[in-house]
Amino acid sequence: MMKNDDVLLKETDKSLLSGRAYIGASRIDGPLVYMRNTHPVGYNELVEIIAPDGSIRTGQVLDTSDDAVCVQCFEGTDGLNLPETKMHFLGEPLTLGVTERMLGRVMNGLGKSRDGAEVPASEDERDVNGVPMNPTAREYPRDFIQTGVSVIDGMMTLIQGQKLPIFSGNGMEHNQLAAQIVRQAKVRGGKSDFAIVFAAMGVKYDVAKYFIDSFEETGVLDNVAMFLSLADDPSLERTITPRTALTLAEHLAFDKGKQVLVIMTDMTNYCESLREISTQRGEIPSRKGYPGYLYSNLAEIYERSGKIQGKAGSITQLPILTMPNDDISHPIPDLTGYITEGQIVFDRDMHGRGIYPPINCLPSLSRLMKDGIGEGMTRDDHPHLSNQLFASYSHVQEVRNLASVIGEEELTELDHKYMEFGEFFEKRFVQQRFDEDRSIEETLDLGWQALSILPQEELQRVTDEEIEEHYKG
Amino acid sequence: MQGRIVGRVKRVNGPVLIASGITDAQMMELVHVSDLGIVGEIVKLNEGEATIQVYEDATGIKPGDNIYGSGMSLSAELAPGLIGNIYDGIQRPLEELRTLSGDFIGKGIAASAVSHDRLWHFVPSVSVGDIVHRGSIIGTVQETERVEHRVMIPPTVEGELTVVNMVGEGDYKVTDQLALVSSSRTGKTTAVTMVQYWPIRVPRPIDDHLGLGTPLVTGLRVIDTLFPLSKGGTVAIPGGFGTGKTMTQHSIAQWCDADIIVYIGCGERGNEMTDVLREFPHLVDPRTGLSLMERTILIANTSNMPVSAREASIYTGITMAEYYRDMGYSVAIMADSTSRWAEALRELSGRMEEMPAEEGFPAYLPTRIAQFYERAGNMKTLSGRDGSVSVIGAVSPPGGDFSEPVTSHTKRFVRAFWGLDRALASARHYPAISWLDSYSEYVDEVRSWWDGHSQDRWYSNRQKMMELLQKEVRLQQIVKLVGPDALPDSQNFILEVCSLFKAAFLQQNAFDEIDRYCSIEKQTKMLQIILRYYELGAEAIQKGVPMVKIRRLQVVQDITKMRFNISNDRADDIDKLQLKLERSIMQLGSLYDEE
Repeated sequence: MMKNDDVLLKETDKSLLSGRAYIGASRIDGPLVYMRNTHPVGYNELVEIIAPDGSIRTGQVLDTSDDAVCVQCFEGTDGLNLPETKMHFLGEPLTLGVTERMLGRVMNGLGKSRDGAEVPASEDERDVNGVPMNPTAREYPRDFIQTGVSVIDGMMTLIQGQKLPIFSGNGMEHNQLAAQIVRQAKVRGGKSDFAIVFAAMGVKYDVAKYFIDSFEETGVLDNVAMFLSLADDPSLERTITPRTALTLAEHLAFDKGKQVLVIMTDMTNYCESLREISTQRGEIPSRKGYPGYLYSNLAEIYERSGKIQGKAGSITQLPILTMPNDDISHPIPDLTGYITEGQIVFDRDMHGRGIYPPINCLPSLSRLMKDGIGEGMTRDDHPHLSNQLFASYSHVQEVRNLASVIGEEELTELDHKYMEFGEFFEKRFVQQRFDEDRSIEETLDLGWQALSILPQEELQRVTDEEIEEHYKG
Repeated sequence: MQGRIVGRVKRVNGPVLIASGITDAQMMELVHVSDLGIVGEIVKLNEGEATIQVYEDATGIKPGDNIYGSGMSLSAELAPGLIGNIYDGIQRPLEELRTLSGDFIGKGIAASAVSHDRLWHFVPSVSVGDIVHRGSIIGTVQETERVEHRVMIPPTVEGELTVVNMVGEGDYKVTDQLALVSSSRTGKTTAVTMVQYWPIRVPRPIDDHLGLGTPLVTGLRVIDTLFPLSKGGTVAIPGGFGTGKTMTQHSIAQWCDADIIVYIGCGERGNEMTDVLREFPHLVDPRTGLSLMERTILIANTSNMPVSAREASIYTGITMAEYYRDMGYSVAIMADSTSRWAEALRELSGRMEEMPAEEGFPAYLPTRIAQFYERAGNMKTLSGRDGSVSVIGAVSPPGGDFSEPVTSHTKRFVRAFWGLDRALASARHYPAISWLDSYSEYVDEVRSWWDGHSQDRWYSNRQKMMELLQKEVRLQQIVKLVGPDALPDSQNFILEVCSLFKAAFLQQNAFDEIDRYCSIEKQTKMLQIILRYYELGAEAIQKGVPMVKIRRLQVVQDITKMRFNISNDRADDIDKLQLKLERSIMQLGSLYDEE
């Protein structure tokens, strides 16, 4: 069938209408601006909002219909009024001009310059919302990243292309750990072209400053692109910051072949902003007032990691989130855990006992670990060793519970050994200095040293040959 | 864009559109929106307005855009070529999409589910003049080395039919006419090809329901021995994140004895699907020696792919499963995870501004869950052969709380429940299926099958072991208060046997060559030897043998490691181990007899 006239007419309309601006909003509510009687505007279309004082802000179409358009304004609606607010519909979705030269720069959540210098000319314009990667195009990640942190390398190994969040709480050392990982992370047996993309959402300037200083100290600042949407920036900007950051990360990884590490802090603030917008739009809430689409929305962010067949680069995500009230069943950590490939869980009690990093390895997990460790990758005894450490450490918790009821003196001889093992594991294996970089061999040997405290017959998850070689009990 | 225009877009709000000027569109009709060609489905009609759910990102759709009708419901294409393929939620082949749009999934691209160009070698099994009816098999195609695809008369062709034309053996495309059948009553003729279309939300018709007496053997000991699932049964696997839902589903998909596997990754991780794609072709089925991909259909609608397609993926999967069931196969379908599907329903319902019930889920959630699970069963199909669809649905309860709506409603409609336990997963006890929360209503139904395969030992041994596990719970409560030393040896020994049972039987290593699949024979013998250990040990303790001496016996170590050291084809070695056990304890006992 031929295209009918109506379709042709509309195509000419499009070129005529894009770029058309309107004046006079009908309603402003929080970050949302409503306007009536416009031409047909596309869903998710980018909007320039011109305030009465002439300043230009960025917005995006959230809801569009025959009679009204609802636009969310990323930079806040302060100073807008109904009669004088102008809207310029750009006819295309929100994009980011990406270029390698953004490395070494500080930008805001929308990718505009924050450090005073001009934003470098872009090589390509990309839709910040990204497009889902075809599962058949993915390459299964299996390259071990040595972070130099024993508890991570040994028990929840980080793999290139993985998304592994840190579940922390307020006041714990998640920033230090992230900085330590950035400083020490290396892929064994090869030099790689790496880059760091850092997205800050709703954190204080001090936190951003901490990272900048730490990157500077390590001498990697030229390889870092920073997208800062700080605590005093409009909350809506936070909802776009991780997408902007990941759009650049995708360019660096899949067009430029770099190994990109994306650090996003703090995902809790991101979700709070999402809830704020959702409530303002009058959407039906699900758990704890968060929108029903929180899972899909977070997935759109976290799933933008991984490797593609035939391409050299990779995106590894290290999102940081603070669990409200240290509650791991709160919707934010809960939904995150369902999407990411494991989690690194901080423990308030270990923090209180002065253990750094305060990682409780029992609820922590790396789902990609199974294929990234063992012979040829780390060491042949690694899989069984970590399995045994998990099992023994989990028994330590039972013994401790018992000890708190009947008293430590009443414990059996074996249980005393377990207490001793638990102590060694936490104080020697988990605990390390902020600037201590342990090789995987050191980590594994330390693990065997811990197991050697226990009698041999308690070690059921390691083979006899491994006991022969490593056990020193 | 081609086709008839059925209306225009009036409002866009995420994946839900309102269209106006609707004239002749039908409910559930498949439509294409705007010149971008975005696929959608009409879910509500109201006085010239329609609510449309779109299966792709709605970016760029504008009020006033045309809506093109297709005249049919969202349907699955059913033909040879499905096996070994990987699809998205609306049955677009992902490999094909990759050649069309690259590593990322572009918008508005369409591809048929199976190749229309490929030639298949068809062998007819009816000839001109034969009387057939809907569902009758008219010939076969060797789809993969393992699967014989049986070409059937579509269930939509009613009445008694006479074959008036039939092609000979040869190579044909799926769209080529193979036979011409004419209705005896009306004389209307219908052409039959290898391909048929079926609306995904409608169950395919069957002749009758049959009993559920045969278990689906999974090779996982905790399932087969303690909480069996029947062929045609339904089971839910709920568990918080990191408790091993996906791992359990993968293990079952790999080793269960179904003829066809449909694996639906519904709103889950992209890398997990890549893992399946990478691993399955290299895994060999222990029963046939052929690659596991030879019997598997994958649906990957990962969490970042459009939410409406996620809602559809479950139906697409079960429709394909029913199609193979109709050929007389036993099909197992894994849905990972039904919670993501329920969340998709919730999201769409919210966008349609429907009144929410519990936790924002729509009030029709239980109905939809029930409809889905009801499509499982062991059936007498229209072709006269017996086929079954077993459904294994993972549930991801928020916060690991089993009282949330999806888990609690699912529990009403499934007859077996494999609850995953966070504490077990933390101790890396896999599969982390809790022996206290789980249940199976199929135990009595599969009893005669199982007893026939275990010299009448299964039912009574299972009963004995479950009793011991119950006793252990009570004893553990005492131990928590006063310590294990306060218990007499006879009770301490129950704890010892249960802990051996957990380490040697319930745990199973999915990565160990020997342990990952355990035959029925080996399972039976393993349970037997552990119970024997209990009987003999308890006797010896009565004679005054201290428990420490018994548990230090070398043979106990051997029992602990039998799951790794004794392969399925050498299950008789467990009998030898049992003799050794009997001798060892006898010797130990005799020392104390003399005193």
